[in-house]
Amino acid sequence: MFYREAGQFKTSYKADQALMPILQDRVGLIAILGVAFIVIPAFANDFFLTSIMIPFLVFSLAAIGLNVLTGFCGQLSLGTGAFMGVGAYAAYKLTTIFPDANVIVMVLLSGVFSAAIGAVFGLPSLRIKGLYLAVTTLAAQFFLEWCFIRIPWLYNNNASGAIEVPHREMFGIVVSGAEATPIVRYFIVLCITAGIAFLMANVLRGRIGRSWMMIRDMDIAAELMGIRPLQTKLMAFAVSSYICGVAGAMMVFFWLNAAEPSSYSIALSFQILFMVILGGLGSLGGSFMGAAFIWILPVFLKFIPGTLGFDVAAETVEHVTFMIVGALIIFFLIVEPHGFARLWQIGKQKLRVWPFPY
Amino acid sequence: MKNIKQLALGTAVAIGVGLSGAMTTVAQAEENYVPLLTYRTGPFAASGIHIANGMHDYLKMLNERDGGIGGVKLVTEECETGYNAQKGVECYEATKGKGALVYNPYSTGITLQLIPKAGVDKIPVLSMGYGLSAAAVGSTFPWVFNVPDTYWDGASVVIKYIGEQEGGLENLKGKKIGYIFLDAGYGREPIPLLEQLAEKYGYELLQYPVGIKEMQNQSSQWLNVRRDRPDYMVMWGWGAMNPTAIKEAVKIRFPMDKFIGVWWSAGDDDAAAGGEGAKGYKAMNFSGVGRDFPALDDIQKYVVDAGLSSTDAETMGGTLYNRGVLNSVIIAEGIRTAQELTGKKVITGEDMRMGLEALDLTEERLKELGLSGFAHPMKVTCEDHAGSHPVFIQEWDGKEWRQASGWIEPMTDIVRPLLEKAAAEYAEKNAPWPARTEPCPN
Repeated sequence: MFYREAGQFKTSYKADQALMPILQDRVGLIAILGVAFIVIPAFANDFFLTSIMIPFLVFSLAAIGLNVLTGFCGQLSLGTGAFMGVGAYAAYKLTTIFPDANVIVMVLLSGVFSAAIGAVFGLPSLRIKGLYLAVTTLAAQFFLEWCFIRIPWLYNNNASGAIEVPHREMFGIVVSGAEATPIVRYFIVLCITAGIAFLMANVLRGRIGRSWMMIRDMDIAAELMGIRPLQTKLMAFAVSSYICGVAGAMMVFFWLNAAEPSSYSIALSFQILFMVILGGLGSLGGSFMGAAFIWILPVFLKFIPGTLGFDVAAETVEHVTFMIVGALIIFFLIVEPHGFARLWQIGKQKLRVWPFPY
Repeated sequence: MKNIKQLALGTAVAIGVGLSGAMTTVAQAEENYVPLLTYRTGPFAASGIHIANGMHDYLKMLNERDGGIGGVKLVTEECETGYNAQKGVECYEATKGKGALVYNPYSTGITLQLIPKAGVDKIPVLSMGYGLSAAAVGSTFPWVFNVPDTYWDGASVVIKYIGEQEGGLENLKGKKIGYIFLDAGYGREPIPLLEQLAEKYGYELLQYPVGIKEMQNQSSQWLNVRRDRPDYMVMWGWGAMNPTAIKEAVKIRFPMDKFIGVWWSAGDDDAAAGGEGAKGYKAMNFSGVGRDFPALDDIQKYVVDAGLSSTDAETMGGTLYNRGVLNSVIIAEGIRTAQELTGKKVITGEDMRMGLEALDLTEERLKELGLSGFAHPMKVTCEDHAGSHPVFIQEWDGKEWRQASGWIEPMTDIVRPLLEKAAAEYAEKNAPWPARTEPCPN
């Protein structure tokens, strides 16, 4: 009743090929953007912005990055954390070498370095597939992590081996460093994430995205139809690593303010991979839902006992949160192996026929 | 259909409850709020639990016995960080709005993230004997305190002690000193000083980094130790790394009396893991050995026996438990000093900063607290937030720790210029680093 496209006629090819051909989808997206750009900044407190929204957006972007590679091009990768690290270290080096340059430009540029490294580590994908490829990307993870620890030049010979984000301004507003207000950082992260997500939504339904999906679904058939595996796979690696690199740079510049090599460990790679699998392989919206589930849910769960007035020890809450999130992951994967994106689709279908299901 | 509806309903309820939790702030009653960033889970829990218990119990005891400090109760809240920098920042953001007085991150990684925020949010960071060494320079870091010692002080004490064992620092020439450390900010911190001293005294420094992932499997590092045959081993370990290193050292029959750990490698469980062979293992320490202190009896009486704590009575008096207690003593004395300075009962982070900066824990005061001999008297000045206080060496006798040396002064003449240089470098790298505007209370 509420979600029905009946009566929405398209009278031109342009309207038919629009990103969102259904009116309700457009309204929904505008509502979400309205909440993100107006409601949240107007009402949220600092904690909500810094500990929930900013990390959520950063992880969503990283999940989009991995989804491009694993969900759309079918290449399993365990090196996401390291590629994010490359972005972070590159942005840090760039901004310390060019202190007067705009830090947002530096963050966007840093992805280029991570794209180059991602493409190099993507080379084996031409010969090996599936789990074997996962092992080579795992090697990338360990090698790059080793570099972050062992090459002092990367962190400017800091005695603690960490990178610390310097104070940077843009149009007289502090955008990075400790003085940057959460609201400014939130807007930067939101704009970059929304911008890249919009760009990817268009890339994925175009020629490039379709060629990735062809490679994913059957690479021999794709090759016979004229898709070059070398370029296509490497491009997927490069684009994916670029997005992950930007996410990694945002993670340290607009969220954490300082990072150690252990921030970009294999644990981060797995975290992003779980977001993608839970959210739904091959779905942009799923990347956001997966990130919300893995990052926001535990934070909420932590506050429930306190709000309800139970006096529970901090570590018990932590253990219980682990158990609940773990159980929910298993539950959702049993109920819907294709992730939240599929669940969302089913939900929309039900809405379409409501209240007369058939 | 029904399932979907239930799922949607459940999600909405969960989000609602979570949101209201995230939004609520504690009412500002007549209380002083001290958040405790602790970790009782994860790979560092073995060390973290004792510290957390010690910190919690002492503050709780003050509440139960004296009704708080200056007649105002303390409210403590533990936030689990798991030694994870991301979670640490989350804990910080979640608690800072409730009127937090001071933060004790108990992780060098979290400390590094909080240092720039401290001055902005006006909440001091007390990193007791860890964190950024350069933070000792109070004129650059007015909001950070690392009393009683920096890692560089500690490293200089180790070298001094080894020199004493060899009959003088000049005899260090040509000796090999191995340094096994946790390959993170924490373990790397002392390297610049150890290298500088190596140049000065002519010993050779051999480094054995242990990654966080390999903490529990150090056979390759110790294989190298066996090959290199260093004369002494120095360890900067934490969590699961300590017992593993001691076990491995026992296994390769490294002479235990030549194996010296930092004050964070001084846990009872750490040494006990080596069994009979660990006898003779040494570690630096600056907090009391054993449990024969009246204040600990009070903790037992008012907190542990009353069932207000998760502490196992047998672990009381352990090195790390006592370390946690000392941390809380510094917090409590900081609050008391701040109350005296400002005349207010309920203080703010800014008052707390003054209190910590004017901290003067004298021998008499320690005696009043029932902690005579628990720690070396310590004093913080506006210039020196660490104070480079003396530390002692303790030795494991197979069952418990025994003090094995007197108080050893760090090499302040070497450490201080390095600290100042590092602080200047930090300020330069993080330019524009705010110049100190906070008045000096003493």
